Amino acid sequence: MSEEAKLRIIEWVKQQKKTKHYFNDLCKAVPEIKMMQAKKIINELVAEGKLKYWSSGSTTMYMLPSEGDVDKEEKGMN
Amino acid sequence: MAQKHATPMLDELEKGPWPSFVTDVKRMAPKSKMCEDWLGLMEMSYRDKEGHWKHGGIVGVLGYGGGVIGRYCDRPDLFPNVAHFHTVRVNQPASKYYNTQILRQMCDLFERRGSGLTNMHGSTGDIVLLGTTTDELEPIFYELTHDLGMDLGGSGSNMRTPEGCLGMSRCEWSCVDTQDIIYDLTMEYQDALHRPMFPYKFKFKASGCPCDCVAAIARSDCSIIGTWRDNIRIDQEAVRAYVGGELVPHAGAGGREKGSFDIKAEVVDLCPTRCMEWDGKTLKIWDEDCTRCMHCIRVMPRALRPGLDTGATILVGAKAPILEGAQLSSVVIPFIKMEPPYGEFKEFVEKMWDYWMEHGKNRERLGEMIQRVSLREFLKACDLTPDPRMINTPRFNPYIFYDPAEVPGGWEHDGVAFRQRHQA
Ligand code: HEM
Ligand code: HEM
Ligand code: SF4
Ligand code: SF4
Repeated sequence: MSEEAKLRIIEWVKQQKKTKHYFNDLCKAVPEIKMMQAKKIINELVAEGKLKYWSSGSTTMYMLPSEGDVDKEEKGMN
Repeated sequence: MAQKHATPMLDELEKGPWPSFVTDVKRMAPKSKMCEDWLGLMEMSYRDKEGHWKHGGIVGVLGYGGGVIGRYCDRPDLFPNVAHFHTVRVNQPASKYYNTQILRQMCDLFERRGSGLTNMHGSTGDIVLLGTTTDELEPIFYELTHDLGMDLGGSGSNMRTPEGCLGMSRCEWSCVDTQDIIYDLTMEYQDALHRPMFPYKFKFKASGCPCDCVAAIARSDCSIIGTWRDNIRIDQEAVRAYVGGELVPHAGAGGREKGSFDIKAEVVDLCPTRCMEWDGKTLKIWDEDCTRCMHCIRVMPRALRPGLDTGATILVGAKAPILEGAQLSSVVIPFIKMEPPYGEFKEFVEKMWDYWMEHGKNRERLGEMIQRVSLREFLKACDLTPDPRMINTPRFNPYIFYDPAEVPGGWEHDGVAFRQRHQA
């Protein structure tokens, strides 16, 4: 079940125009799953390298690794 | 040694009577290229009245969604050594006890792998290592965890590093073991501390008594404040000794001396609930009216002590202004024993988190959500019973709203049908 949910989350992220997503928003991809459970699934996605964290320092968001490459981000800034 | 960049404006900040961060950074600059450039960059910001830092980023250490705060400079062409200036939050030990060996190791580590600047401690409670580069993050994390036995703290939408007062380690007033509570919560909720899951930050702070030395009531989404439910212990002999000038009030704080003490003006009349009486010989306290403000105990510590049936009051919802204005925490559990392993407290915490995760909006703190959905809804979600002690001035509020489910027979209200029968 959680593999299927993972796919749905990734598919949902790919369809969005924005690149950064709140935890709450990711959960919209799997509305039938309780948040605490969804957290485990999303953690696994991060551990598997399929999602990446972005943090302002006070808030955290999630993005696809293709969007969230540290090297690219830092070169873009330099 | 000559400075790399002249800093006439920053130099002004060394002139006042207070310790100056400019002096601190200058002292570090001969050893740290980051500090040299930092001084130049700040001077430029002061001159032009413009900041040059960028917030946020994807940097972090593997497996953790917090503890590192990405910061970059937008003029790396002028100040290449501060192109990266990431912050590392390090989980401080409970009540901030260190030995000098650990402090030296931490400073050495950060001189080798960062700017050398530290902040002991940030307003979150963590040790803050200020300024390092992306490629040093994993090595810093490795050394912290392997050589120093320390871990990163929280940031972002995580549970933040819990923080407590000195508690029983040094303070006779502590009604709960704040060090143990903070250590226990830190260990129990490791996952929430390192992997974000909340709508926004979440902070626990614990004070051993209502003096609230860590300002838990103002700074934490969940404040744990020690209290007692029996009576203030009174040593009448000692009360008379204060009155007779043999003991110094406030333990001499503020330069007080013996013999100038007026118990009526300084204690009895200042009791916020007026629950004390002094007849010249004996001090009487009507404990049922005492709000445990600690005032009288602070003035006469040899004569008055907190009771012996101790525990904590749990309050929720404090925050600094962001979406809404600043807010203090409100009482949701008037008294809880708070003994290890804190099962009853953790049950409450998990209900609270479940509800906040389901109902909180993005970047909405717990206190803001409660303001939006009402305290009543929040209490219901956490299986807590409303209580007059949750209300600021219960005796002045004649309004009671009943929930149809709680009234025998109940009732139903059809808003649409009502408007058909009544013009707006
Ligand atoms: C307009 C500029 C800025 C604003 C409005 C701002 C705002 C804030 C706020 C509200 C906090 C939370 C404070 C707390 O409750 O602990 C914070 C923390 C922090 N900020 Fe900023 N900030 C700014 C600029 C910067 C810059 C330029 C840097 C670094 C280059 C920085 C680094 C940090 C760090 C490291 C923390 C965490 C401090 C700690 O853990 O105690 N900020 N900032
Ligand atoms: C069970 C029925 C009612 C209840 C429980 C009730 C309750 C109250 C309360 C608590 C107040 C505020 C008193 C204060 O100033 O402290 C009040 C004021 C007032 N009520 Fe009622 N009320 C009821 C019925 C009515 C009705 C039927 C009318 C007129 C048709 C009415 C007219 C007023 C007026 C004009 C005031 C303002 C008085 C002032 O400003 O001094 N009330 N009511
Ligand atoms: S909060 Fe109370 S118990 Fe804790 S250090 Fe302060 S006075 Fe002591
Ligand atoms: S603790 Fe505060 S409220 Fe209680 S008796 Fe002393 S002064 Fe009054």
